[in-house]
Amino acid sequence: MTEVAVHAPPRRARRMHPLAVRIMHWTNAVSMIIMIGSGWKIYNDEVLFGWLHFPDAITIGGEAQGALQWHFLGMWIFTLNLLGYVIYGLVTGRFWRKLLPVWPHQIIADTRAALRFKLSHDDITRYNAVQRALYIGIILVLVVQVISGLAIWKPVQFQELTALFYDFQGARLAHFVGMALIVFFLVVHVALALLVPKTLAAMVTGGPAVDDGRQPPPASGG
Amino acid sequence: MAIRTPSPSVFRPQQRIDQSVLNENRKLIEQIDRRKILRGAMSLGALTMLTGCDVTDRGAVQSVLRAVSEWNDGVQAFLFNPNKLAPTYTEAQVLRPPRYNAYYEIDEVKPVDVASWKLELSGLVGDKRPWTAQQIFALPEQELIVRHICVEGWDYIGQWSGPNLRQFLERVGADLTAKYVMFRSADDYSSSIDMATALHPQTILATKYAKEPITDPFGFPLRLRTSTKLGFKNPKWITSIEVTNTYPGGYWEDRGFNWHSGL
Repeated sequence: MTEVAVHAPPRRARRMHPLAVRIMHWTNAVSMIIMIGSGWKIYNDEVLFGWLHFPDAITIGGEAQGALQWHFLGMWIFTLNLLGYVIYGLVTGRFWRKLLPVWPHQIIADTRAALRFKLSHDDITRYNAVQRALYIGIILVLVVQVISGLAIWKPVQFQELTALFYDFQGARLAHFVGMALIVFFLVVHVALALLVPKTLAAMVTGGPAVDDGRQPPPASGG
Repeated sequence: MAIRTPSPSVFRPQQRIDQSVLNENRKLIEQIDRRKILRGAMSLGALTMLTGCDVTDRGAVQSVLRAVSEWNDGVQAFLFNPNKLAPTYTEAQVLRPPRYNAYYEIDEVKPVDVASWKLELSGLVGDKRPWTAQQIFALPEQELIVRHICVEGWDYIGQWSGPNLRQFLERVGADLTAKYVMFRSADDYSSSIDMATALHPQTILATKYAKEPITDPFGFPLRLRTSTKLGFKNPKWITSIEVTNTYPGGYWEDRGFNWHSGL
């Protein structure tokens, strides 16, 4: 009995992705699909670029009013989840632990390695510099997306926010660019996760146990 | 429904709550099925896990979307600051003529005959005598140069003038504590706004654009011009104003667009 207990991993070992992170990740994924799909339909009613219309088949909501209803439902899921995630990242120290440091020379070195397919993925619990830069970038884009969204929704009550983007159309353009960056990230992120499937599995199961330096290592040394 | 004897609580209103709204809407209240809302909420929860699958119970999803839209009405009423003014602009920035939009094309606009036109008043209004165009035109004017923002996403700066709506409502003895002000138009369009917006200092009954009488496609002889609502909340060719505590809806609102739609 003692033997077993010594070698078994501690029952409450900290995972690479704690349950809270996994729930917030997949909630965010669903809310992003809702926001992008309905946003495309809303965009179609008054396009910013004459050459760009999103086919109805890849939009959400049916008609404009349905798309708006979806967008203003997804808004709550997305914003509250993002708020929870940012607070979690700051309070638990996950942001500093996983995303820092990130120096330009590391990003350049890791980008080169990645392009030569020489970037190691043996330890998926430690993000490389490219991952760190992309994750920091996308978190900032999501926060700005909330701000430009509020600037479009409430250009009188939150006119100070709208003024940050010059005017109403400026806020619309910023919201569109934010969407484009999110879609770009989504494509890269999904492609890379599929290339290294254990990262995808980790976001479902929690991944390997990690010693994050916050808890004393188990006495067994396991 | 039995009404209990009021207890002497300091939080209890001095006057009994007006039951007329409840009576008018009793049928609707009886139709609201809490089970249906719960079922809808569950369907929506399941839907988030089944993206890509067919939504079989469309009605349930619709009812959740409507419920969230109503919740958003409440949030927007909370965010609305009655003292916050919309940004104003200079005459040089004004678009002439303004951009047309309605539920039909501009060549289908039926001009209103100003000689026979009347503004009817109804609901919680003291003086319900109708107004002629000449009487409206004789009222003091207020000018606004504000941004018109359409729910579709376009906008322009417009220069509107006409009587201030708050002063007009005071003048006709409207109940300013009522919840809604409903506007009906000559083209069967309608829209309603919350009283807080009706009383906002930048809400007017516009009769002029760029200092000239509004032209036919833009609402001659009378239209609403709020500075704190999306374009579709500003009906043109107004023929009647009703002050009410019963939710009156509107043309686009009844078709799923958010009712408050405040800027």
